Amino acid sequence: MADTSQTQTAGPQWLGRAVLYALLVVFAVYYLMPLFVMITTSLKTLDDIRAGNLVALPEEISFAAWVKAWGTACTGVECNGLKGNFLNSVSFVVPAVIISTLVGAFNGYVLTMWRFRGSDVLFTLLLLGCFIPFQVILLPMAQTLGYLGIANSIPGLIFVHVVYGLAFTTLFFRNFYVTVPSDLTKAARIDGAGFFTIFWRIILPLSPAIIVVSVIWQFTQIWNDFLFGVVFSSGERQPITVALNNLVNTSTGIKEYNVDMSAAIIAGLPTLFVYVVAGKYFLRGLTAGAVKG
Amino acid sequence: MSTLSIINVKKRYGPVEVLKGIDIDVKDGEFLILVGPSGCGKSTLLNMIAGLDTITSGEIAIGGRVVNDLSPKDRDIAMVFQSYALYPNMTVRNNISFGLKIRKIPKGKQEETVNRVAKLLQIEALLDRMPSQLSGGQRQRVAMGRALARDPALFLFDEPLSNLDAKLRVEMRAEIKLLHDRLGATIVYVTHDQIEAMTLGDRIAVMKGGEVHQLATPQEVYDDPADLFVAGFIGSPPMNLVRAPVAHKNGKVGVNLHDGGETFFLAAPDAVQNGLSAWNGSEVVVGIRPEQITDDLARGHERSDRIKRRAKVDVVHPTGPDTLVLIQLNDTPVTCRVHPETRVQSGDNADLMFDLSKLVFFDPDKETRIR
Ligand SMILES: Nc1ncnc2c1ncn2[C@@H]1O[C@H](COP(=O)(O)OP(=O)(O)OP(=O)(O)O)[C@@H](O)[C@H]1O
Ligand SMILES: [Mg+2]
Repeated sequence: MADTSQTQTAGPQWLGRAVLYALLVVFAVYYLMPLFVMITTSLKTLDDIRAGNLVALPEEISFAAWVKAWGTACTGVECNGLKGNFLNSVSFVVPAVIISTLVGAFNGYVLTMWRFRGSDVLFTLLLLGCFIPFQVILLPMAQTLGYLGIANSIPGLIFVHVVYGLAFTTLFFRNFYVTVPSDLTKAARIDGAGFFTIFWRIILPLSPAIIVVSVIWQFTQIWNDFLFGVVFSSGERQPITVALNNLVNTSTGIKEYNVDMSAAIIAGLPTLFVYVVAGKYFLRGLTAGAVKG
Repeated sequence: MSTLSIINVKKRYGPVEVLKGIDIDVKDGEFLILVGPSGCGKSTLLNMIAGLDTITSGEIAIGGRVVNDLSPKDRDIAMVFQSYALYPNMTVRNNISFGLKIRKIPKGKQEETVNRVAKLLQIEALLDRMPSQLSGGQRQRVAMGRALARDPALFLFDEPLSNLDAKLRVEMRAEIKLLHDRLGATIVYVTHDQIEAMTLGDRIAVMKGGEVHQLATPQEVYDDPADLFVAGFIGSPPMNLVRAPVAHKNGKVGVNLHDGGETFFLAAPDAVQNGLSAWNGSEVVVGIRPEQITDDLARGHERSDRIKRRAKVDVVHPTGPDTLVLIQLNDTPVTCRVHPETRVQSGDNADLMFDLSKLVFFDPDKETRIR
């Protein structure tokens, strides 16, 4: 009797596991397949691509496509590859991520630890910012940038992304800081620490997990942004996403799939890099709130 | 001189008046307990004293200096929180010295202070640990250490022991008492715990609904409660409060009680004879502590202010040192405290000795004492 009941419960359990793993494998393959094709294609020669089949491995590995995508591919009229645009992207993404994260942390700190009349209303209004589509703010933002004299410039792009990202970073930090006991700031105030000292010495040191969340989120958003890039910059100042688009759409003679693929991977690598480096903190941050004690 | 005087302090949050005019004077070196039901404004009052929140009106002075407009750091106070509020990102050492660092005390002096405090609280071995690596009791000590390091004029404690288990709480209670004796510091201490209030306090302020109902020594608060609320709040198990009609017998005023059948008369103590006679014929609330209804075995013989009555026992609760016995008087359950060797059982009729010398009487509507 005991035996049968055991196999009865063990049977479906075993089956469930198998189905689960099978599904996971299917999804993993489904997601990895494009990456696989991109990487192999980028390492093939054009002849190889024409001769072989899409999923076949390259006959011989060639980095020529990568070199071309980086240095000499045409993105419109100019043929300098992506390197300039890559540096462009770095030059506004890094400051934009840092500034929006810091300001978000500061906002979160004020909105939780130093509540004032109307602070909840302010937070709600900020939250609304998360739901405003990019397209809606294009025109007013263009006007604002012109007014500020930073239209079509790197500082302009930084400004746009900081403003647009603030809603999200503030939300992250506020929701994290409400889990921090308010006694902590009270104790610090009695110890003699002021507004900024408490932020730098007590609150920010508690925040690595949520900082990582904010950095990953902001980095991915800003690096991958196309719309703001295409609207608020032009020519040499364009970010890599826009340049990639131009590169792929530049039709001079034959379509160089290997160069397209290399360019696409180059454009995607930094976000991949950020995920790999900070990923484990990301997960930890999402489940955070465990800083008590 | 580390005195504290609170004069007619009020606090409102929007339309809600949380403190309705508090007057308390704390002498130098005094240990004042704030006690009261949840939400009565104890923490609020403590925060006002600390300067973590502003008062709506009134005056607070520490050491003779009005501090209404001073920020917490300038009030020369230290506070210990229920949650301990240790800085999670700093070692114990840095937790204790943080306040000194902010105040730019020289490094050498800081170290000296940390070592002195650590020694006093026996946490020397923990100095380089992080708060997350400490037990609840150890965190509590560190929190006290942080307060002691600053050597302030006034210590504020907000339920510092309520997160500890029962045994540790008793230990820490004794230590706090010892510390107070040794340092002679002025302390305001919020607690929920009856025993903490009774054992630690030089005086107790019993609060309810943003008002101080009584401010007196623990024994006075216990024996001579100012009103019905204080009588019911202080003491564990609480004082028995029974509605009873006032009557005359043998030239004395008292109250009539019955336990279902027979009615018997409890004469009021001499001091309240006058006050109570005005109530002749109407109902009052009579208060009698459980230990004033006991078995004759424990309390000797019948005297003029003691009477012996038989009563039917409903429930028996042995607690170890005493056995609590529930009887019914005037249809109200009444707790009596008898010697555990008196083996009463529920359903029995037991002989009980009523000590009448400490009977108290209250106006049933205004809830004030009848004196
Ligand atoms: N910032 C605030 N805004 C509005 N009301 C508040 C605020 N802080 C406290 N109160 C109210 O003031 C009253 C007293 O609160 P307080 O924290 O002082 O109670 P307490 O006596 O310390 O209670 P407990 O024993 O539960 O700690 C409560 O009714 C509370 O809801
Ligand atoms: Mg409280």
